[in-house]
Amino acid sequence: MRIRRHRRWMAPVVAAAAVGLALTGCTGDAANDDAAEVDCADYEQYGTFDGAEVTAASTIVDIEADRLNESWADFETCTGIDVEYQGSKEFEAQIAVLAEGGNAPDVGFVPQPGLLARLAQGGWLIPASEPVEANVDEWWAEDWKPYGSYEDTLYAAPLMASVKGYVWYSPTEFEEKGYEIPKTLDELKELSDTIAAEGEHKPWCVGLESGDATGWPATDWIEDYMLRMHGPDVYDQWVTHEIPFNDPRVVEAFDAVGEYLKSDDMVNGGIGDVSTQLTEAFGTGGLPILDGECSLHHQASFYETFWNPEGGDEVSVASDGDVFGFLTPPANADDPQAVTGGGEFVVAFREAEEVEAFRAFLSSDTWANIRVSIGGTVSANKGVDPENASSELLVQTIQILQDPETTFRFDGSDLMPGAVGADSFWKGIVAWIGGESTTQVVDAIEASWPAS
Amino acid sequence: MTTADLLGKILQVVMGLAVFAAVVGLLIFFIDKAPKKGRDYWQLALFLLPAMLFVVIGLVYPAIRTSLLAFQNNSGEWTFDNFIWMFTQPAAIRTLINTFIWVALAPIISTAIGLAYAVFIDKSRGEKYYKVILFMPIAISFVGASVIWKFVYEYRSGDREQIGLLNAIVVAFGGEPVQWMQTDPINTILLIVIMIWIQTGFAMVLLSAAIKGVPSEQVEAAQLDGTNAWQRFRNVTVPGIRGSLVVVFTTISIATLKVFDIVRTMTAGNFDTSVVANEMYTQAFRASEVGRGSALALILFVFVLPIIIYNVNVLRKQREIR
Repeated sequence: MRIRRHRRWMAPVVAAAAVGLALTGCTGDAANDDAAEVDCADYEQYGTFDGAEVTAASTIVDIEADRLNESWADFETCTGIDVEYQGSKEFEAQIAVLAEGGNAPDVGFVPQPGLLARLAQGGWLIPASEPVEANVDEWWAEDWKPYGSYEDTLYAAPLMASVKGYVWYSPTEFEEKGYEIPKTLDELKELSDTIAAEGEHKPWCVGLESGDATGWPATDWIEDYMLRMHGPDVYDQWVTHEIPFNDPRVVEAFDAVGEYLKSDDMVNGGIGDVSTQLTEAFGTGGLPILDGECSLHHQASFYETFWNPEGGDEVSVASDGDVFGFLTPPANADDPQAVTGGGEFVVAFREAEEVEAFRAFLSSDTWANIRVSIGGTVSANKGVDPENASSELLVQTIQILQDPETTFRFDGSDLMPGAVGADSFWKGIVAWIGGESTTQVVDAIEASWPAS
Repeated sequence: MTTADLLGKILQVVMGLAVFAAVVGLLIFFIDKAPKKGRDYWQLALFLLPAMLFVVIGLVYPAIRTSLLAFQNNSGEWTFDNFIWMFTQPAAIRTLINTFIWVALAPIISTAIGLAYAVFIDKSRGEKYYKVILFMPIAISFVGASVIWKFVYEYRSGDREQIGLLNAIVVAFGGEPVQWMQTDPINTILLIVIMIWIQTGFAMVLLSAAIKGVPSEQVEAAQLDGTNAWQRFRNVTVPGIRGSLVVVFTTISIATLKVFDIVRTMTAGNFDTSVVANEMYTQAFRASEVGRGSALALILFVFVLPIIIYNVNVLRKQREIR
């Protein structure tokens, strides 16, 4: 009897202790950094605040989120603004719902101009303040401003950037076999034909699988070809639906890409036949290059970190290393350089001085340099010193973005309405690779374009 | 998060629970003190109030809002476009057809296999173990089951070694490997197989229990009348377990109508395998076409309705017989 009574309170106590211990594991007990060593001269212009808090949210999580927090740590110390950042993979799906319910964070990093326009249309966004607009005018190329604007009002400055349309290759293989880096789209085709004719392996390896977003890497192909074959003006008309999706020029771009993605001679090196593109994850699609089973892989600059899936630096990404990237070439050798890319935009949902001070800081060259120095990403901010970037490829990316001759266009599917850019375009690609004709596919996508 | 934060949060939880207990206690105290006249009604109403409140907030209000959204476009104007889209766009029509195929096959086959299995192993030696084997898949989540079956259907092209069970068998018999998940319409059938694999165990356990409830006098009487096994099964067992059969069949039908996880994990709705629930999510949350998503939700509701009505009717009749 005695033992039983003993047990009765033992169980809950033990359980509570265990839960308590487990929960302490969640605490980082991160000590606040000492303010003493920070040089606050750069931050004086943002003023000082007492007990102000700014909440921020975006899709950026894990290590990238830690890097963001690190980038504005000094800003917090010097201005007294406490930035509460929360990353969530569901941010894009939730933000409109949160805004409608009045529960949006103070600041959001929106990765799609289309979503930004929708939020602005809903009347939930605060227009950018004068210092932010001044920063945008001073530090960003003209191409960027419209993407942060809605109906001629600037709502947001860009944050970070990535360049799409890199073709990854093995510098060693190129040297051994005497391949040249192609300067036009035709040369790229010739090179692919040469590799295919030599018969050792198929030239391209492609991975389009990405869960319910399967197909998106091929939309990057189409966008690259649209921009290079028909120029920025037609590209703009295409993404804003001034020309229909089944316009002959779009068909032309599809067919040019189809010479690679729909041909069993071209794909899928080291993986299998054409149909395997849809089952190979985009993250591992390029890895056969390392085994010498394929030569070329088309993917954005962020693919740099994918070469070492287990982390570390076993595979060196450099122009004299194991893999490196060249930009998808222009249609003609003397065409001006045109690239597609992506980035985030810093929108605000609350009108307050501390929010605008934070936004002004994020749009400054100070922040861009701090963030680029931490590594792993770039900014299109012209004030960034390319040497601050953490790798050869990122240095090159910054130079491309800063080059005044470069035409920059945002990833087209991010600009189109969600029903197309995040649904029927991807599904269309899947059907297209699966064997449907270009006409069938572009007609279906055109039909899905929402009326309003 | 620091330890101080954690303690603060734990304190918040404890405080919250204390406040909740206090409010409930107070409420019960006052209900008890209610005037004698009509006290029953008072008590009934007050005890029902919290549950009703949650039903209204969590079920009735969203249902009404979804119905309204189904008739609006993205700018909030009233329109029938969402329904026109649903019944004219080939991709959307295919979604509806697929859902019908699912509902036509999955419940009937799982119930049939479950019933046959239950009858065959009834009173056999090692019945427990046979049951466990078939019942195990039901403990696996739909996503988990899909991941397992993804390996079964896996495809490697050409001469590569097949790691998928199905293709390995095909190749062993000298056939060409098939991209199972990309071949329409076999892919939808193969997805339904996963559903059947999960649900058969559920059907078997419930029906087995029901079979044991059939009075042995009836079976013996039938035996004395000279019936064979099939006649006994047809005319004694099945009528005896009719109620359970209907419950099993309708439960699986509703689960099938709502199927989302299997399709999303296996094909994400590509290759013409999408079903209403998957398309509903895609349209509402990925394509930001809330109206189309709501319209699909409404259609799903309309599909489920007759099944529930049938279920309730049969159960009511059974009660009347008793």
